[in-house]
Amino acid sequence: MLATLYKQDKLAIGLLGCIALISVLVPVCNLLFPVDSVMHFSAYTVSIMGKYLTFALLGLSLDLIWGYCGILALGQGAFFALGGYAMGMYLMRQIGNRSVYGNPLLPDFMVFLNWTELPWYWLGFDHFGFAALMVLVVPGLLAFVFGWLAFRSRVTGVYLSIITQALTYALLLAFFRNEMGFGGNNGLTDFKDILGFNIQSEAVRGSLLMVSGLVLIGAFMASRWVMLSKLGRVVTAVRDQESRVRFLGYRVEHFKLWVFVLSAMLAGIAGALYVPQVGIINPSEFSPLNSLEIVIWVAIGGRGTLYGAIVGAVLVNYAKTLLTGWAPEIWLFFLGATFILVTIFLPDGLVGFWQRHKHEQKQ
Amino acid sequence: MNVLGLEARQVDNSPGQKPILYLEGVSVSFDGFKALNNLSLYIDTGELRCLIGPNGAGKTTLMDVITGKTKPDSGSVYFGQTLDLLKMDEPAIAEAGICRKFQKPSVFEMLSVFENLELALATHKGVWATLFAKLNNHQRERIEQVLETIGLTEHRSQLAGILSHGQKQWLEIGMLLMQEPKVMLVDEPVAGMTQQEVERTAQLLLSLQGERSIIVVEHDMEFVRSIAQHRVTVLHEGSVLTEGTMEEVQNDPRVKQVYLGD
Repeated sequence: MLATLYKQDKLAIGLLGCIALISVLVPVCNLLFPVDSVMHFSAYTVSIMGKYLTFALLGLSLDLIWGYCGILALGQGAFFALGGYAMGMYLMRQIGNRSVYGNPLLPDFMVFLNWTELPWYWLGFDHFGFAALMVLVVPGLLAFVFGWLAFRSRVTGVYLSIITQALTYALLLAFFRNEMGFGGNNGLTDFKDILGFNIQSEAVRGSLLMVSGLVLIGAFMASRWVMLSKLGRVVTAVRDQESRVRFLGYRVEHFKLWVFVLSAMLAGIAGALYVPQVGIINPSEFSPLNSLEIVIWVAIGGRGTLYGAIVGAVLVNYAKTLLTGWAPEIWLFFLGATFILVTIFLPDGLVGFWQRHKHEQKQ
Repeated sequence: MNVLGLEARQVDNSPGQKPILYLEGVSVSFDGFKALNNLSLYIDTGELRCLIGPNGAGKTTLMDVITGKTKPDSGSVYFGQTLDLLKMDEPAIAEAGICRKFQKPSVFEMLSVFENLELALATHKGVWATLFAKLNNHQRERIEQVLETIGLTEHRSQLAGILSHGQKQWLEIGMLLMQEPKVMLVDEPVAGMTQQEVERTAQLLLSLQGERSIIVVEHDMEFVRSIAQHRVTVLHEGSVLTEGTMEEVQNDPRVKQVYLGD
């Protein structure tokens, strides 16, 4: 499979190589070389790289539904946050009696609210396997129910975009409420262990980065396989000529729903990998602004190519890291300006520009 | 033999055959405007029927009703005497064997000619079946056959978007053929075509009749004359004005008045 990929798509293989290299080299150098060596990567580099890779996965998930299926989903951050909360709940349960209140049964915020027992929806999150399953099931189920209603009633275009935005906003408001039992405003934090290992240790942070890289590569290969299948062609056809596809006998809404659920699950995985690396999940992840930013990553990278989303997510977030450290007040202006410039001058994004350039060279 | 290498089939279209499509008393109104008004129409198996009528006569609405895009206010639509089309949606009707070519050529421009035909192929159209679909030899042959029929063999790997207007129309007819339909609805197949392309399209449609019923909606009277071997239906203000051979229809004073008179 790699061999045919290499023949068809050198850029993709180069990118996968880079991801693999980063996710191995950065943690290894962090662990092997002493702090004063030039080969040493700081713990900060490890965690920021890990974060970029989870964002890349999130961008990839949006590209499936937007780039290929033509559905501009402005609520992708909701699935990311739900996956993150599922992982966060597992991590909360691992704290045990080491919390500030030292209650072995309840997380601190529940003790603070004078709750006496764990709500039913927290049951099972002591087990990593169950939490991992929920990382897929919760975003997937929400996407299924939401998509089933929306696609069946043939809601499309701007209307659909607005409802997805409303969805994430509604979740934002809900998760802010203390009574919801997800830590309200503060969210879930102060994690100690993951799978029995200290979450703060450099070895665990390095492993999380490696896992993020591996999952990203796996998700890329899987998405590519899906989009090169006949289903991928049907989905592209839906994007360009929806009613034609319907008259060919395909149930368009089933195809949209399938891709939407897949996309939500990938976003959920991204969130689950993100939370242990940043050490916190709170309702601000549901913010509509976050979801808009994901769209900008994909637009800048180039949609409908899969690797464009990865390139865009990493580049934009790298710029964000630099700029917010240097002059935080101009970051949003910079992001907005870049988006406008890319839309006008590089409508196919950076990757699209690169592909066209290559194509012209060939001729 | 003609230029295309297609032989026009001579079909016995004599009445008395079983109707494959049966519309009775169909009415559709949009905001009070009656697009179809108590329309009744019967299409026989294997027949090539031409539908003509001035703008706004209800031709496209009629196609919308048959293919499930528009639900009528009243009336009944049956396919092959037992299937109630009003209870089915577009994909179900397409699966049952009624296919439609749109007025504006609608092919998938970002896919190659071959892939366009592949998507139209009559096979399982569920999500999972489509995800794991692989063409077998028989299906490959079928696509080659259709490429040959529509004269696009040389263009098989081209993106459909860069085909000429006429070629796109043929590709769409090819997509209909891939679905192995029992009834083909063809909406203005020669709009915007050159004279040569019009002739080729006429030959193509004539070569296809017999195996399946074809309903052609067309404005171009020259074209209708060249393919109408049996019955022509004239629509006016949402109902059937008259039906008959092209000659009878042309000599009908009412038809002259509403349509041909100009």
